[in-house]
Amino acid sequence: MTSYITLSLILFSIGSVGVLVRRNAIIVFMCVELMLNSTNLAFVSFARQHGNLDGQAAAFFVMVVAAAEVVIGLAIIVSIYRTRRSVNVDDANLLKA
Amino acid sequence: MITFWVLSPLMVLAALGLLFARKAVHAALCLAVVMISLAMLYAAQDATFLFAVQIIVYTGAIMMLFLFVLMLVGVESRESVVEVIKGQRLAAAVLGLVFAATVVLAIGQAVSSAVVGLELANEHGNIHGLAEILFSDFVVAFQFTAALMIVAVLGAMVLAHREILVQPKTQRERADERMLLYGSEGRHPGMPPTPGVYARHNAVDMPALLPDGTPVEESVSLVIRARQQDLETRGRHDVEETLSQIEDDDLGGATPKKLASGENSGKGEDA
Amino acid sequence: MLDLSWLLIAIPLAGAALLLTWGKESDKFGHLIATTASAAAFVFGSILFVQLLGREAGDRSVTTTLGTWFEAGNYSVDFVFTYDSLSSLFVLLITGVGTLIHVYSIGYMEHDPRRRRFFAYLNLFIAAMLTLVLAGDYVVLFLGWEGVGLASYLLIGFWQHKESAAKAGTKAFVINRVGDIGMALALMTMVAFFGTTSIAAVNQAIGGASGSLATGLGLLLLLGACAKSAQFPLQAWLLDAMEGPTPVSALIHAATMVTAGVYLVVRSHYIFDASPTARNVVIAVGLITLLAGAWIGCTKDDIKKALAGSTMSQIGYMMLAAGLGPAGYAFAIFHLLTHGVFKANMFLGAGSVMHGMNDDVDMRHYGGLRKAMPITFYTFGMGYLAILGFPGTSGFFSKDKIIEAALTHNVWVGIGTLIGAGVTAFYMTRMMLMTFYGEKRWRDGVHPHESPSVMTTPLVVLAALSVFAGLISLGHWIEEWLEPATGPIAHHEPPLPIWVITTIVLLVVAAGVAIAWFSYGKKDVADVAPSDQDVSFLTRAGRSELYGNQINDVLVVKPVTGLTKVLTWGDTNVVDGAVRAVSGGVNGLSSFLRTWQTGFVRSYALAIFGGATFVVLALMVVTLG
Repeated sequence: MTSYITLSLILFSIGSVGVLVRRNAIIVFMCVELMLNSTNLAFVSFARQHGNLDGQAAAFFVMVVAAAEVVIGLAIIVSIYRTRRSVNVDDANLLKA
Repeated sequence: MITFWVLSPLMVLAALGLLFARKAVHAALCLAVVMISLAMLYAAQDATFLFAVQIIVYTGAIMMLFLFVLMLVGVESRESVVEVIKGQRLAAAVLGLVFAATVVLAIGQAVSSAVVGLELANEHGNIHGLAEILFSDFVVAFQFTAALMIVAVLGAMVLAHREILVQPKTQRERADERMLLYGSEGRHPGMPPTPGVYARHNAVDMPALLPDGTPVEESVSLVIRARQQDLETRGRHDVEETLSQIEDDDLGGATPKKLASGENSGKGEDA
Repeated sequence: MLDLSWLLIAIPLAGAALLLTWGKESDKFGHLIATTASAAAFVFGSILFVQLLGREAGDRSVTTTLGTWFEAGNYSVDFVFTYDSLSSLFVLLITGVGTLIHVYSIGYMEHDPRRRRFFAYLNLFIAAMLTLVLAGDYVVLFLGWEGVGLASYLLIGFWQHKESAAKAGTKAFVINRVGDIGMALALMTMVAFFGTTSIAAVNQAIGGASGSLATGLGLLLLLGACAKSAQFPLQAWLLDAMEGPTPVSALIHAATMVTAGVYLVVRSHYIFDASPTARNVVIAVGLITLLAGAWIGCTKDDIKKALAGSTMSQIGYMMLAAGLGPAGYAFAIFHLLTHGVFKANMFLGAGSVMHGMNDDVDMRHYGGLRKAMPITFYTFGMGYLAILGFPGTSGFFSKDKIIEAALTHNVWVGIGTLIGAGVTAFYMTRMMLMTFYGEKRWRDGVHPHESPSVMTTPLVVLAALSVFAGLISLGHWIEEWLEPATGPIAHHEPPLPIWVITTIVLLVVAAGVAIAWFSYGKKDVADVAPSDQDVSFLTRAGRSELYGNQINDVLVVKPVTGLTKVLTWGDTNVVDGAVRAVSGGVNGLSSFLRTWQTGFVRSYALAIFGGATFVVLALMVVTLG
């Protein structure tokens, strides 16, 4: 069981580092998805460990929310791309002091 | 456990691929690998329903969406290797390592109780068990996610919506325009003849020949002409290129290839 | 029916509200609505008056309570209105003269683009003034008191585009605040000592109170009365108030509002009865104002300011009469009524003259208007005879009564009032001669003409009243009528027989007229006023309104300005300094923190991730440690 959780944590860390270092908004987004998936893995593993299905239900909800999030996020990326001709997250820096 | 030990190095490698891939498409493929492997891990952990959903929703729908948007915004765009923010990479790497080490030590070691297993919970099948929970304990949350989905769809529509600034011309109007041009400038209202001369050449860069043997310049696509790929200018272009190459060699300057790749690098400079 | 007296207030108040909220559509007929509201109040007031006449003498006071205004602990203030013999006369004066002035204003303000607003303010004034005189509680009275102050401020500054008018309005408002402090302190004293501000209850309670309390209350009320009635030492605003439209001067600053102080003293007569000291102060104030007003009236060339000086002087008479105690209350009210009529008449006459002279107010530019505007001349003449005290006119009855009572009280006070009568005769004759007689001194382009009938009709009515209003004193009717409200008249034998006094008064008045005739009738009047260097000290003082403004400047304005400067310095350097130091610190800190705000979303994400790592580390340390 520890191995599953460890894998999930490693994937989560890789995902978060990806969010920090990648500049292509789509890849950043993929990294976010990776983080969500790693938590799902943890949920499923804990469900098995505790012997009830609450964890799986939580993973299910995470998937649903992730789907909604992807739809909106990609729509935002597309609309940003449409006006700025770029998907580089560093380009969207108008909110600086 | 064999499944796990086979899949987990693969997943970590694919995840690292997500970090290091230069092309977004490669990153997407790596992510797909991670997701499919995850689905298998779900199956290995008695989560058959989630296994199916992971395949269908994530690898099927969401990854498709990602690839679709990738195609939309330019597959070819590459990230420049140079990091703009000072110390970002180093900080991210250090923080990531510290974080991973901490949580693996803290949470990973905290999980010590015995594994109960899902045999009892999945007594009537995994889907049955999940449904029982979803429609009893989590029914309100379930309804809320339904609402969320609808809002998300509407939001996507609003975000992707483009205001029509100028009413597009109808076929009728375009036909009238052509006839007007014909009247004023004498431009032929119909389609230009197809390019290509069938006896010796059969190519789009060859203008068609009229019965009297004169070439019809309009028959060659404007795009080909703009790219200077039509027969006439290409011939001239080749000469020019050779000459300039000789010149550049003398001076030791940059290659004329710059012109062709200018589009992408220009974009990079804009950024 | 008598308990519906609150309707008197409600009708003009509704008119004002209607006109102030209705849009431009009502511009065409707004003045008619206002005049109708005022006339309706007059008709209703007359009906109530007739009903009151039909009652027994002891039964002529009806108190109506509309409900509780506010309450705090045991103290509560009701909307209580008292309709008695005193307020009934006031209702008739206010609504009667008010309606006539409404009618007059239809003509006078015909070409003013803001006429509807003017009429709305007039109605507001009528409602507030009626609240003042009908109030059965000092707090309700104070409401009306402030209401008339507000209306006065709005109407003095009605032509706000003129800086002088705006300043005059502000000045009137500010000086009235001084009096309001007196009023407010008086109210607080009542609450502190009696636990009530109901007029009836205070009158009851004052009998058992100490003399010094009565004196204190009386002086505080007198302070309020002085400001409202332009009495010394708060007289400075009245002459500036003439910047307002002339009907306003006639209604508010001659006939009604400025006499509110006299009303207050008479209404609170139990308090003054209980304190001879307060009464003596009232007499002193009245006498000083009487003479000062007359003095100012002699020297002004501005017809409205001369009339304003005269108003001050006449209110001084009333004040003095009110200060005489039970012997004078009824005469104070009587003179108030007759003065309200004849002074309104003269002000409107002056307005009519100005109307014909292109709004020129300098009497030295008039002359010989007798022929040009006959109706104005004759009606003004009636008012002139009345204020002089010509035998048979209203002023003759009311002023002589006051002089008799003053002589009875104290010979020197009596002589003061006699001198006042003589000076009054002088300046009024001077005004008549300069305006209607002598050479024409008109400026170029001025073509005097009689005013339209909508303006002259009120003049005729008021002129008739000026002559005949004195008849209500025949057979001591007015004294007996007011007896329930002001207490029984104290009759003392005057030191001389009455016919001797009357003869002396007439002789003094004749002397005043004669002096004026020799100075302005026989000699030509210069059409430019002699410069200040060429006139006597007395004229110079009168022209500068007895240096009232200068005295106020030295005593109040300068010290307060100095204090304000010191406080402003403290505010900018100490209070604001501290605030600025804090804001400067925050500013510096934030501009340092601002550099962290790079605009790169990944920097922020790094910060979040760093924070999360820190939390996990901290948790670990806590759990393991």
